[in-house]
Amino acid sequence: MSGDLSFDAVMARRGQITQRAIGIDYAEFEQSPIAFDYEGLMQKSGYSLEEVQEIQKLTQVGNTPLVELRNVTRLVRKVSRPGKGARIFIKDEASNPSGSFKDRRASVSIYRAKQLGYPGTACASSGNYAAAVASQSAKWGLKCIIVQEVFDSRGLGQPEIVEKGRACEAYGAEVWQLTVGPELFYTFLRLLEETGYFSASLYTPFAIAGVETLGYEIGRQMLEREGRAPDAVVVTHAGGGNVTGTARGLHKAGCTDTQIIGASVDLRGLHMASDHDFNRKSFTTGHTGYGVPFATFPDRADVPRNAARALRYLDRYVLISQGETFFATEMLAQLEGMERGPAGNTSLAAAFCVAREMDRDQIVVVQETEYTGAGKHPSAQLTFARQNGVEIRRGDPADNKPGVAIVIPEHPAQMSVEEMDLDAVRRSYVKHALQRAGEYRLSAADWRFLAEDCGSSVDFVRRAVDALCNA
Amino acid sequence: MRMAKAGEWVQIHNVLLTARERAVHVPADTRQVPFEMWLKGFLVDDAVQIGDEVTIATVTGRHVTGKLVAINPAYPHSFGEPVPELLAIGRELRALIAEEDSA
Repeated sequence: MSGDLSFDAVMARRGQITQRAIGIDYAEFEQSPIAFDYEGLMQKSGYSLEEVQEIQKLTQVGNTPLVELRNVTRLVRKVSRPGKGARIFIKDEASNPSGSFKDRRASVSIYRAKQLGYPGTACASSGNYAAAVASQSAKWGLKCIIVQEVFDSRGLGQPEIVEKGRACEAYGAEVWQLTVGPELFYTFLRLLEETGYFSASLYTPFAIAGVETLGYEIGRQMLEREGRAPDAVVVTHAGGGNVTGTARGLHKAGCTDTQIIGASVDLRGLHMASDHDFNRKSFTTGHTGYGVPFATFPDRADVPRNAARALRYLDRYVLISQGETFFATEMLAQLEGMERGPAGNTSLAAAFCVAREMDRDQIVVVQETEYTGAGKHPSAQLTFARQNGVEIRRGDPADNKPGVAIVIPEHPAQMSVEEMDLDAVRRSYVKHALQRAGEYRLSAADWRFLAEDCGSSVDFVRRAVDALCNA
Repeated sequence: MRMAKAGEWVQIHNVLLTARERAVHVPADTRQVPFEMWLKGFLVDDAVQIGDEVTIATVTGRHVTGKLVAINPAYPHSFGEPVPELLAIGRELRALIAEEDSA
């Protein structure tokens, strides 16, 4: 064990702590300072789809209903041009044991921890994944520690995160509640070192393999029910695991032409590690503060190589405002009788806009819902926002300003997504990859890796590199 | 002030890093404040009061020390207040769909 518990000393031991706590030797998959064997990592350290299905059956995860939102579709058509307005379906992931799709991700991680004989599990998450890890750990009889970023320096906690702490405690986890800052990771490493617990990272190959069943089920359920693949699936995008796992699962179900659309809540302009900005956000997940940095530099994660690589799979990436997401949450409750948590409805709000552009005979699937409750509810989150000086009003959602004003649409026809320029995101990805590689000279295999990893061509990557060199 | 007894469910607080010890890359406003933690568990010490340095046994059975800040801490979150900007939406959307039906 270690003597020096200072910030710098613990961070310097990061590699060895992580390797022991995850049980994967990532060096085996490294090919160069740029490239690694992604599929090799997924196959050797992950589980097959059939194995994941078996593991998830053991803890009642998955096989959630795919529900057609008939009234929402009627509303979409009401505000669409003639012949437009696709049918909308939603995958009711709130019916998983801890209330979100994150149970899929946790189920495989915690199964793995149990198989490898770890005495407990630990997870750094302020969101649904924390509850999922706590719930799965309870099912497998493992002790569990959750580390959460909860409070600003005034001791004020985001209601959504306070609720998540309660849920974790309800599942028998020890919950560390911290103030804002990236030093959360330092605390997490110290706890891993001290306890010898398994690190239930969101970004391991087994966590991502757990999400593949979600895409697979959507594909199979749609084929059985409608005899065809969905035209588009809208996925709430944050760290990239939801997009990656869902897209891989859809491919495995044979839905190779289904468009994968990522959707994030627009929180651009708010600094994620700022004590002041922390409580001016009304969403703690599914937003651009994760979505953009994790797409442009996936290996910023808590593992050496992130198995969640959104750019490989995204066909489109759209942004929606906080006000429109709260509007969609109200719409789902009032028109469909489904009261679900707001953050998960990011993809519903985006799908509403996407469906308006699509033909009536087309199908769009909203890929998740999540549970709702005290704290994690539009009225709780908007009350908190108002108390923290954020203006709440009805109006044109184009006037939303993250941290300043949440504008709830006056009419569904005002709902619209902002298109993110995926090529710009890809260029930013290339820039990060080159920075990480330093002076290293790229081989032909590296160029191919970069092209695959950003979902583009070698020509595109070459042009991006030329532009960087000339800048 | 009420004394807490051994075995009671309590909450402790610690400063993990002072403002000066914080990571160099954190935003300026965050670097001005300490990095703090709160944790709950069963009180190991007996006859202590708020503000005392105490030891707790967490639910994983580990012992952690810190300043006692709450005895039997409540969850502060709720559903908040009704939000007028949301209350109108259900009626409006139902009316829109009804319009479509009668058209």
